[in-house]
Amino acid sequence: MEQIPRNLLSTILAMLLCFTSYSTIALAGEGPDEVVIDSLAQLYEPVIFDHAMHEEVTESNCAVCHHHTLGTKIEDENCLRCHAESGGTDEISCQGCHAGNRFEAEYLNRIDADNTLFHRDKVGLKAAFHIRCMNCHEEMGVANGCQDCHVRTDAGDKFFHAGHYAPPKSDKPTSGGH
Amino acid sequence: MKTMNRRKFLKGSLLGGAAASVIGKSKNAAASATFGGYPEAMGVLVDLTRCVGCRSCEAACNKEQGLPNPAQPFDDLSVLDHERRTSEGAYTVVNRYEIPGQDHPLFRKIQCNHCNEPACLTSCFVKAYTKTPEGAVIYDPTVCVGCRTCMVACPFYVPAYSYSSVLNPVIKKCIFCYDTRLKFGRPPACVEACPREVLTFGRRQDLIKIGHQRIRNYPDLYEDHIYGENEVGGTSWMYLSSAPFDQVGFDTGLGTEPILSYVKEFLTVVPMVLTIWPALFAGFHLLATRKDAQKKEEKSEK
Repeated sequence: MEQIPRNLLSTILAMLLCFTSYSTIALAGEGPDEVVIDSLAQLYEPVIFDHAMHEEVTESNCAVCHHHTLGTKIEDENCLRCHAESGGTDEISCQGCHAGNRFEAEYLNRIDADNTLFHRDKVGLKAAFHIRCMNCHEEMGVANGCQDCHVRTDAGDKFFHAGHYAPPKSDKPTSGGH
Repeated sequence: MKTMNRRKFLKGSLLGGAAASVIGKSKNAAASATFGGYPEAMGVLVDLTRCVGCRSCEAACNKEQGLPNPAQPFDDLSVLDHERRTSEGAYTVVNRYEIPGQDHPLFRKIQCNHCNEPACLTSCFVKAYTKTPEGAVIYDPTVCVGCRTCMVACPFYVPAYSYSSVLNPVIKKCIFCYDTRLKFGRPPACVEACPREVLTFGRRQDLIKIGHQRIRNYPDLYEDHIYGENEVGGTSWMYLSSAPFDQVGFDTGLGTEPILSYVKEFLTVVPMVLTIWPALFAGFHLLATRKDAQKKEEKSEK
């Protein structure tokens, strides 16, 4: 029963996010309260990310998670080597830079054809989420298991041969090997 | 090009006889050792520093390759308590390694490394194996006779055997998802499933550059080595690690020579021995016993 309104809410939020463009300088606390991360959801339910809570935790320093915030200049010395004159950044969303189709031929060929491109080893969207979130969660000593953030779907259970699809328990040692 | 040389050489040596071949052989061996893999071959760079041992890659492999149901669910991490090897039911497995002096274990995914010059391919006498220009080492199970020589030849102990099949046991191993994905320019299923991009898919030549770039950017994190860049002549799957490679289960004593080089000179002689020697020694025998035969004939005539 509870499921339906929640899904509705997430859909609305996701749609809102898709059509929201940030054009002004983002100040601390101006970020969204909640972000539904569902662009890659198949095996797991979408993540409902409590953005407001994370702003509190990071004391509204956007760069803790995002590399920079909107309209401000980049501070990382490594980045400044090329981006000293780049001016304020106009992209803040993860998927604005991290590709969802990281290993598809189209993306790989585009990188390959562009000799001027420095960011050849930029992780895709899924890895950007997982590396950023999990590394921090581990440092902070908070919940870090797969299903602590996103509950597995039925397709996911099937994929992992878990839940309803778990193999019958047996004491026999697993066969195979050489 | 190189194989042409060798083929020509073989033809020549068969015609010219054994003596001439001994001189020509070593020259050819040196020339053919320079094959560095197909230029457009794809590969995967495995970064152990990113892996958390979630086993998603194993689940993806199982689904993609239509492998039998596992004995335990893929989210059961207790299987990591014992070191596992690839098997007929699992073309890839993740193992956990406790590193002395580090509070976090490292996880290492193993599968076929898809060598540039595969020992399995060299050892197979029915030519079941093929190294495709895309980088995959695939095999034709319909011609496999189940001799298991490739299992002995593989320096990484990867090919497994379908012992469970009574009538037609064959070799089983990772094929880089060649049939369903790589052939169409798509990454293997494990790469797509990995949540943390432990597995970076791309052209092998690019991956080597990416690997060295990561080492340069984080010299304190990584060992200054890409395992597989040069090992046994180079492999399509390569590894970065934050711990010395021998502490995460890698054989660091394999050297950079393709396994092929160790057996090439011997194998070149085999056809010669099989074709020339029987005729040659039969001739010797006939010559040596000719007088006896003549005497016998003379005796019987009397």
